[in-house]
Amino acid sequence: MAVDTPIPKTKNAAGATATPTPRTVVRPSSVTLKIIMAVSGIVLVLFLFVHMVGNLKIFLGATDFNHYAHWLRSLGTPLLPETWYLWIQRAGLTIALIAHVYAAAVLTRRARAARPVKYAHRPKIQSSYSARTMRWGGVIVLLFAIYHILDLTTGHLNPNGDREHPYTNVVQDFAPDRWYVTLFYTLAIVAVGLHLAHGIFSAARTLGQQTMKGQRRAKHIAIALSLVLVVGYLSVPFAVLTGLVD
Amino acid sequence: MDIKVRVWRQSGPGDRGRMVTYDVKDVSPDASFLEMIDVLNERLILDGDDPIAFDHDCREGICGMCSMVINGVAHGPEKATTTCQLHMRHFSDGDVIDVEPWRAKAFPVIKDLVVDRSAFDKIIQAGGYISAPTGTAPDAHATPVPKKDADAAFEAATCIACGACVAACPNGSSMLFTAAKITHLGLMPQGQPERDSRVIDMLQAQDDAGFGGCTNMGECAEVCPKGIPLSLIGRLNSDYRKAVTKG
Ligand code: HEM
Ligand code: FES
Repeated sequence: MAVDTPIPKTKNAAGATATPTPRTVVRPSSVTLKIIMAVSGIVLVLFLFVHMVGNLKIFLGATDFNHYAHWLRSLGTPLLPETWYLWIQRAGLTIALIAHVYAAAVLTRRARAARPVKYAHRPKIQSSYSARTMRWGGVIVLLFAIYHILDLTTGHLNPNGDREHPYTNVVQDFAPDRWYVTLFYTLAIVAVGLHLAHGIFSAARTLGQQTMKGQRRAKHIAIALSLVLVVGYLSVPFAVLTGLVD
Repeated sequence: MDIKVRVWRQSGPGDRGRMVTYDVKDVSPDASFLEMIDVLNERLILDGDDPIAFDHDCREGICGMCSMVINGVAHGPEKATTTCQLHMRHFSDGDVIDVEPWRAKAFPVIKDLVVDRSAFDKIIQAGGYISAPTGTAPDAHATPVPKKDADAAFEAATCIACGACVAACPNGSSMLFTAAKITHLGLMPQGQPERDSRVIDMLQAQDDAGFGGCTNMGECAEVCPKGIPLSLIGRLNSDYRKAVTKG
């Protein structure tokens, strides 16, 4: 983080050293906050891909899916005791999420303060819906993540809620008469997709993507990856809803 | 043509300010936007009213003074055009046109449409220079510069520091401005000695002045009268990360 960064030294032609001026106000710079957001965001995106592949195992049937879910708990054994790896990963993801939301909150506060008087004629924003909804979209994704953990991880909000039978939990969760669960899940996944359609491009830019050609490519890749995630995640509830998985 | 303008009137920094509507009759389509306001101001003076204060200097699109948000767009509806180069033929008879100052905490309103942009000077003072030995000018070809770099540096150097990027940015960020300076100086061999300290100091000055952070929305590049590419912000980010991690 920039706060405790040693001051870089650069020799110039005359042998003199150019050092950054000592700071008066010590707080993370806006780019430091963006880097925190980009790195933590990428960690979360990588998790989303792995998690999606695991979910898709539902199409191989109850035995395969349950086996996968149980395997997760024994991951890392015998090096680590049972479920340790899982808890390490959970801790890592929580730290990433907290860092991400913290940086987002600080930057949001600074952005609000940067324009105390609003325009009377509200400017038309040309950028994408996705880019305009990063903040509120992120909040929706966060709320969904909490609900989702209480539903399918701990089972508190699940109609079955049996940790030994995740397949049944999923099938009963998205049963046709619980259409409102599927609807909420769909909206949340679309919110994730929208967040990442801009977020993945934005992360690339924050980490140094700097040509116009690369910008077009990064935007396309961001949209493609987001679509893969949305389709992958939505295929499960819709397969249950249509009876493809039961 | 006859139009109405709704202009931000604020007698001084302490005044709350308000939008005031004026009728402007017989506007020539060949008049520039500033000339239209000149005509309105002449009438206001004759009527004993306070003329509308606005910044302008060159009136040929190179000084960057003519800061106005027209119908919500910095420098008005024409792409890559400063307010002084915008002509009334781009509007129609009967239009109601809203004119406001740049809105940013770092650009406080002095009067009406005039804002104090010295926050940009602070950013430049923090690192927008190179250290060059004094004496006679070196031969132009003494330090070779690859053509590609020279062109890219020149493109970035066309920034006139008008502040439209800040005015348009939903985060009130001056990242495009600062990125243009970082790119312009950092691409040249003469800019290398301060390359690391420059990006750290200029970003610090930008944050300290109260500008917001960038979220890569791209509103800035849309309104930039000089067409500074949005991608330069990636260069600033990358230079910053390298400067900070180099230690
Ligand atoms: C699954 C959870 C999430 C993932 C995978 C994710 C991913 C990302 C990524 C990759 C970025 C781009 C970083 C950058 O701009 O350099 C980003 C930006 C952002 N995220 Fe998230 N995020 C998640 C959750 C959240 C939450 C819960 C919030 C807010 C409460 C949030 C708010 C933001 C904001 C404000 C930005 C900056 C927008 C921008 O740069 O335009 N995100 N996110
Ligand atoms: S008055 Fe100089 S750029 Fe418009």
